[in-house]
Amino acid sequence: MNKKRFEVVGRARRRVDGRAKVTGALRFADDLSLPRMLHCKLLRSPHPHALVESIDTAKAEKRPGVHLVLTRKDFPVPFGIMPVSLDEHPLTDHARHVGDPVAAVIAVDEQTANAALEFLQVRFSPLKTISDPVEALQNPEPRIHDYGEQGNIHRNLSYEFGDVDEALAKSDHVFEDLFFYQGNTHLPMEEQATLATVDGDGKLLVSTSTQNPHYLHRQLARVLQMPASKIRVIATPNGGGFGGKCDPANHEMVVAKAALMLGRPVKICLTREEVFYQHRGRHPVLMKLRTGVTKEGKLTGMHLQTLLDGGGYGSHGPASTFYTGVLTPVTYELPRFKFEACRTFTNKPACGPKRGHGTPQPRFGQEVQLDKIAEKLKLDPAELRLGMVNKPDSLTANWLRIGSIGLAQCIREVVARSDWKNRYRKLQYGKGLGLACSSYMCGAGLPIYWNKLPQSGVQLLVDRSGQVTVYCGATEIGQGSDDVLATIVAEVLGIDTDIVRCVTGDTGITPVDLGSYSSRVTVMMGNAAMQAAEKLRLQLADAAAEQLEVRPAGLVFSGGMLLDPGSGRSMDFIEAIQFAEAKFGTLGSVGSYSPPNPPGSYKGAGVGPSVAYSYTACVVEAEVDAKTGWIGVPKIWIAHDIGRTLNPVLATGQVIGSVYMGLSEALMEEQAFRRLPEKLSQALVHRMPSMLEYKSLTALDMPEVDVALVEDPDPNCPFGAKEVGQGPLLPVMPALANAIYDAVGVRIDEIPVTPDKVLKALELKAKGLAPRVGPDHFPSVPYPKPICVDTPAEGGDGKGSRRKEKPRAASAVV
Amino acid sequence: MNAVPDRVHLRYVVNGEETPVSFAPYKTLLEVLREDLNLTGTKHGCELGECGACAVLVDGVPQLSCLTLALECADRRIETIEGLARGAELHPLQAAFTDFGGSQCGYCTPGVIMTAKALLDRNPNPSKQEIREATAGNLCRCTGYLQITEAVENAAQALRAERK
Repeated sequence: MNKKRFEVVGRARRRVDGRAKVTGALRFADDLSLPRMLHCKLLRSPHPHALVESIDTAKAEKRPGVHLVLTRKDFPVPFGIMPVSLDEHPLTDHARHVGDPVAAVIAVDEQTANAALEFLQVRFSPLKTISDPVEALQNPEPRIHDYGEQGNIHRNLSYEFGDVDEALAKSDHVFEDLFFYQGNTHLPMEEQATLATVDGDGKLLVSTSTQNPHYLHRQLARVLQMPASKIRVIATPNGGGFGGKCDPANHEMVVAKAALMLGRPVKICLTREEVFYQHRGRHPVLMKLRTGVTKEGKLTGMHLQTLLDGGGYGSHGPASTFYTGVLTPVTYELPRFKFEACRTFTNKPACGPKRGHGTPQPRFGQEVQLDKIAEKLKLDPAELRLGMVNKPDSLTANWLRIGSIGLAQCIREVVARSDWKNRYRKLQYGKGLGLACSSYMCGAGLPIYWNKLPQSGVQLLVDRSGQVTVYCGATEIGQGSDDVLATIVAEVLGIDTDIVRCVTGDTGITPVDLGSYSSRVTVMMGNAAMQAAEKLRLQLADAAAEQLEVRPAGLVFSGGMLLDPGSGRSMDFIEAIQFAEAKFGTLGSVGSYSPPNPPGSYKGAGVGPSVAYSYTACVVEAEVDAKTGWIGVPKIWIAHDIGRTLNPVLATGQVIGSVYMGLSEALMEEQAFRRLPEKLSQALVHRMPSMLEYKSLTALDMPEVDVALVEDPDPNCPFGAKEVGQGPLLPVMPALANAIYDAVGVRIDEIPVTPDKVLKALELKAKGLAPRVGPDHFPSVPYPKPICVDTPAEGGDGKGSRRKEKPRAASAVV
Repeated sequence: MNAVPDRVHLRYVVNGEETPVSFAPYKTLLEVLREDLNLTGTKHGCELGECGACAVLVDGVPQLSCLTLALECADRRIETIEGLARGAELHPLQAAFTDFGGSQCGYCTPGVIMTAKALLDRNPNPSKQEIREATAGNLCRCTGYLQITEAVENAAQALRAERK
């Protein structure tokens, strides 16, 4: 480009969709209504595991105001977000968790629909309940699903990159630690809502709070058995997503079907309790890490084992299972890596992707273990990490390509800003500092279903009025997707964002973008937008240069003008459009983006690759009251390698919001369950399906947060900008646990870190026992024989191994 | 049983305007605002008084409209997010919320802004702690609250400057 200084990029600006959000004008899904609209309510299973023997709908159907009752028989075709886990029916005859929908009533209003639910006569035949992964491994029967690896194991993986046993045997030290990360949920402020109608053109229109309209579009076509071209999905602005609105959901299918059958608009809005049942949140994960180090503090190899509690459905589980391992080597030089992961089905709401998708759990274990390693080696935890940060433009043991990496600078930033060197291990008893680092993808390299099509498409239209309209399937979930789109187009065309209109998340009129997940939007949509804008720029430059009698390549697009610095001649942006429209006809351009092929080609190599990785370092300051175990967090320092900041207001907001969500997980959030007593059916119920009982931080609990955005522009990203929505969450939990250790000398090897656990550990310490609370046993998991792949450093080809296969270790067999 | 119960007829003063309302008597103020007056700017996050998304001002006092029986609001002054802007110009709280990043997804925003308005109406120069205390009942999952506090401080400053 012919200008050096950015005019839009990097400037703190009001986001393009900001005004509507503060005036109440923004229409979320439940704010929509249509004439003759009906309302839907779902009957949900009170049993954690049961077959539906029969449903007598006659009484409910006869209720005044009831228009339709739907059950499993209305939905013969199953769905799911991943092609390998099409295991859900919109209404089920096999309830896999309390809250699983079994029937729907559509009526004139919510009250009538709710009342009619009481008149549905359902005969359930309860089945044995599987409450956790250990029970799932011990009880192959009854099977929660009739597919999967075996019994109640959904997915089971094993990979070995280099001979890890040999590496550990040759290490100066081997650290073996167990960690547990409790499940938690997204808790978006907006409860999911959907309005379905048959539009004036006869096509089905589904307006819904989804992060992924494209995937929903495909699944609707599947479930309704109609061409996708007859269905239009509009992703309404999401009132918070965090991964919770990624899966196509039962209620979306149900109201779509009802609208088609009745020829009337049908709306549903979940209650808060139902949002807890929809879930798809953080998997509870038990982890075992065996890590070898040299006495100088270099990693030699790691053997990571994970066991995931998947809940009742597949959801994103096949990917989640991979993500509990594959990104582990992205931060530090790790010559050899073995990774085994197993996801089990249990009778709880399905787990899925929550901010950081599968990676916060192993990152927690890895970063707490590093704290222990540093102590043992008498090294400063920051120096230990700085000594082994991955090199730019390198390949990890598991064949992930590291491009730019600003991790070392992030560590230096938080160390300097927190006065780490003078305060770590030097504060009075009860106060402490903890450090941790992390990394995240800038978009998953491969789409959820196999295809070679672009992952993001952008279409740009301009006309003689001077308006610039940009169309993209990307979804605004609050993170600033629309603002990123407008920023990139405006910067390329030298105009203000306020003349760019974003039309997004509408499968009826926008080019396909896969959605707001895996932190893919800035890079994928951004690169597509950049391509479209640059094409248009060429046309405008060509027409304007002809009029100005200058060379097109010399034109600078700036401040709403096209300038030729050499001659001093210039033209207004609108004038340039008009000349271009006269010269070329109606103006428009398209751009698209597909990430590069992954460097590895072994089976499974598709999960983990990303065109770029963001990096984060964090220092948490904690105060622990040794009498009560109460934990205070006065301040957090965080540095995030963002590549380039597009809008500092939004980028800083994503970092602080991530810190908030990470700290809230670290200290209190739990999607936990309990068994009712035997006389009450022994059902496995959610311990706290309400916002009052599901604790999260409030304005009064938030610490001061010092944010440093580290800018090391990545050549593969638009203007160098990497993701910022998920990465900064990841180091907060281990940094908090490490700070607790610095404060009072106890290890809490599980999340959340709560006062009762701190007190228990302090009691153990007082008795002279190991001052630790955390898991003490990792069950036998029948992991499969590993897929062995030689590492790049050991001359591998990315496909397999020249090593002879070893006999399976006895410990890996049940 | 009649599926559509009888309606009651009352008068509110909504955002400064005399407003006749007609609604089913079981409804909450939240439902009447959203469903009968089409003022969907006021949101719901729990319908149980847990989240603060539905906060509106009733006679100048922040109230959770999901817990307020609409019948009890006859002749009361009700302020919602829709009435805050001054014509086409944003109220300083609205401007500050979007300029300082106090609003991300925007769903909790109306409730927080109305709660903050009540605070600034009674205390034009609140401390950070007072702002945090006033907004502690408004849950927000996006921002981490810091920019909300910052936005309220900046709006307070702008409002004080206006009064000078």
